[in-house]
Amino acid sequence: MGMAIGVFSGFILALLAPGLYRYTGRAAGWALALLPLALTVYFASFLGVIGSGETLHVHRDWVPALGVNLSFTLDGLSLLFALLISGVGALVLVYAGGYLAGRPQLGRFYAFLLMFMASMLGLVLADNLLTLFVFWELTSLSSYLLIGFEHERAGARAAALQALLVTGGGGLALLAGLLLLGQAGGSLELSTLLGRGDQIGAHPLYVPALLLILAGAFTKSAQFPFHFWLPAAMEAPTPVSAYLHSATMVKAGVYLLARLSPALGSTDLWVGAVSFVGGITMLAGAWLALVQSDLKRILAYSTVSALGTLTLLLGLGRELAVHAAMAYLLGHALYKGALFLVAGALDHGTGTREVDRLGGLGRAMPVTALAAGVVALSMAGLPPLFGFIAKELSYEATLHAPAAGWVMTAAVVANVPLVAAALMAGFRPFLGKARPTPRPAHEAPPSLWLGPLALAGLSVAFGLWPGWGADGLVSAASTSVLGQPSNAQLALWHGLTPALALSAVTLAGGIGVYAGRGLLRKATSWWERAAQWGPTGWYELALNGLNGLALGQTRLLQSGYLRYYLMITVAATVGLAGYALVGRGPLIVAVSWSDLRFYEAGLAALILLAVLAAVLAKARLAAIAALGVVGYGVALIFVLFGAPDLAMTQFLVETLTVILFVLVFYHLPESRIVSGRAARWRDAALAAAAGALMTALVLVGTPENYPPISAYFAKHSVAEGHGRNVVNVILVDFRGLDTLGEITVLAVAGLGVYALLKLRRRADGGGESRADQAPARATDGLPQEGPAGEAGSDGEAGSGERNRSVPAAGIGEGEGP
Amino acid sequence: MTSLILRTATRFLLPLLLLFSLFLLIRGHHEPGGGFSGGLVAAAAFVLYRFAFGAAEARRALPVDPRALIGAGLLVAVASGSLALLAGRPLMTGLWGRISVPAFGDLDVGTPLLFDVGVYLAVVGVALSIILPLAEE
Repeated sequence: MGMAIGVFSGFILALLAPGLYRYTGRAAGWALALLPLALTVYFASFLGVIGSGETLHVHRDWVPALGVNLSFTLDGLSLLFALLISGVGALVLVYAGGYLAGRPQLGRFYAFLLMFMASMLGLVLADNLLTLFVFWELTSLSSYLLIGFEHERAGARAAALQALLVTGGGGLALLAGLLLLGQAGGSLELSTLLGRGDQIGAHPLYVPALLLILAGAFTKSAQFPFHFWLPAAMEAPTPVSAYLHSATMVKAGVYLLARLSPALGSTDLWVGAVSFVGGITMLAGAWLALVQSDLKRILAYSTVSALGTLTLLLGLGRELAVHAAMAYLLGHALYKGALFLVAGALDHGTGTREVDRLGGLGRAMPVTALAAGVVALSMAGLPPLFGFIAKELSYEATLHAPAAGWVMTAAVVANVPLVAAALMAGFRPFLGKARPTPRPAHEAPPSLWLGPLALAGLSVAFGLWPGWGADGLVSAASTSVLGQPSNAQLALWHGLTPALALSAVTLAGGIGVYAGRGLLRKATSWWERAAQWGPTGWYELALNGLNGLALGQTRLLQSGYLRYYLMITVAATVGLAGYALVGRGPLIVAVSWSDLRFYEAGLAALILLAVLAAVLAKARLAAIAALGVVGYGVALIFVLFGAPDLAMTQFLVETLTVILFVLVFYHLPESRIVSGRAARWRDAALAAAAGALMTALVLVGTPENYPPISAYFAKHSVAEGHGRNVVNVILVDFRGLDTLGEITVLAVAGLGVYALLKLRRRADGGGESRADQAPARATDGLPQEGPAGEAGSDGEAGSGERNRSVPAAGIGEGEGP
Repeated sequence: MTSLILRTATRFLLPLLLLFSLFLLIRGHHEPGGGFSGGLVAAAAFVLYRFAFGAAEARRALPVDPRALIGAGLLVAVASGSLALLAGRPLMTGLWGRISVPAFGDLDVGTPLLFDVGVYLAVVGVALSIILPLAEE
């Protein structure tokens, strides 16, 4: 139970955060960080239990009919992630308080951060696939809000949207993949699925499920060719980059791969696809990092490379590779998170993040420099830091991989530029000659150096004493991934191994590349121009295409004429229902006239007369009144046949409808006939068809054709629904979910109508951009005939443009002329 | 639209109709009625009031924005369905308890009634959000 509380406490605090910020002001970051701190301690307390191979499980029904449950599991892999999420979360909340101090919307920022933290915790703890998916989407959503935090800037908005579209599109694929996986494995619970790897691997749905899940994981974890959203997401405030886009969220895809590898990872397709994409991403990210000049973009591309490395290792999937992946994951979160925070502190202290404009800051910012130096060495893979252990392990793993020569070469070729990137990000700003910066350099406040320093301290501690926590964590996580007990036995010194030689080669190469980076950047200056043909260009093409498609189909379908909407709706209903009816084969039509009472016949005649009057009426008011008679007549029929609830509702709806019609027509110009003869015949035919369909449905809807279901409800209404009114018990209990959906639709429709009405009012009154439309009061967004010019033509030509402003108001103001 | 008879009658009819709408809402679980028809009656009451006294008066008579009623209705409906989660039951499971009221005897009360209150509020809100702006001068 504690686990679920741990997840949901973040959401609750997120709701309270803006208010708390208003009262505590500057101290808010420190105060809010207490929750993630407590969660870190809470999760850390399970280290011993989890380390001994146990897993904790809580289960709660959510929508059991669909197999959706709020179930959470804590095992080694979840624990590693949960500790990273809550631990880095605490540091980032404190950091954000200093970094964004004085921003008017800081309270909202805290709320988004906490919402993200809770979603991410839910993601890594979820045991049910659909629960996992819900939290997965929530992380994408909070990422969107955080990237777009400075929403006044167009760049931030575009980057936020891009990240949301890429990860959201992947999310849709993931949902489909998870459902297929559930089909193949016969359960939606991970704890059940993970033991059925063989059954899933042999299932015909395995390949589509795998490919769809990989699409979700690759987009989320910024794998090539979906990597481009991650560097663009650097528009986010730096605490977000450190937390979401380096330490935690982008690793959600890696988490998913690790989590599902016992269920999916036993095939050649997995090994091939995952390690190939990971390898390409590792190489591309590392070299692209070098040609950047913005500190955050350097770090972003190196993060892409690290994510590729993790994917590659999980693709290889042997014991050694999994150890390496888990150690690398931990090491990377520590050093990269810290480097991002340092980049933010530099930006904060000097006013620029351009690496060429920073230099000699070691004296002005000694604490930041110390932290930066330590974590940069960890990233470069130098002993005695934890990054060294992780890199040694990953080299060791590549040496034992299938096609070891290729994989090992790729790893070295990717790690060389990463060493150079580490030097650029962690050393270069602090060494050498001081350079003029937009702001005079000054040391950051404690809130800004606490995070980097703490993470640097952990990089040292885990490196020197890996047995102190890191080994247990990595072993426990590997145990979960491999599905069998596994001991990583992390150590700083492995003796003179081939991996050590590779490390030395990498370091030497990295220093060489760093020294020659000026030449390198000059040689690759064509890159900027070429980049537009790369994945970013594809994204833009796809987005423009999608927008064009949306616009085209909107033009096609959203004519803006209510009569066409009605016509299409009625025709579709008649066609589909009629088709289904005919497809049922012969149905019994039992009509007996013998028990017809005289007042029933009279009522029917009255209704028919009223229908005739409504059709033939010249004045609108008369037509409405006649329609009202039809409605009340039908309600009377309900009364006669023992449906008081239906009758009452019908009476009330009819009353309000008549009032509504009167009000609407009051706003419209004089009634006149605008349809031609052919159009009127067409309408008459359609109306007759609709009437015929309803008649047919009523005639065949007999117990002989369709067994009634009312007996069930009548039987269980009192016993289970505690109510004697079966209709109401169905509405609020048996079919309560339907009702919830219906009132939601009602609410959306109501708000939509309200918006259209108010929009017209402002357009009428303000007379700014729409002043030219004021004479044509027909733009009401209501049942209406077209403007006079169109009379008789029944087409859209000519005056169509003006009328179109009705749907346009709901689709996007920006498109209008 | 300024008939003295209508105005005088409406002054009495508004509270009566609102009471009637609550009556419909509460009795709905056992007798004909319920949140939907109750909400329609309440909306009709305010529409009547608007025709008798005009838009400004009607807005004063209704102390909240109809749109807020929509939100409140959805919130109440979702909350009533979610209470079951807190009790360890699946979403939307009806929870029932029996309370004894002096002079009435034992009454069954449960979350479906609360759900119906949500329906009632949403229906009033939607109907008035559409009709009142349309009826503005």
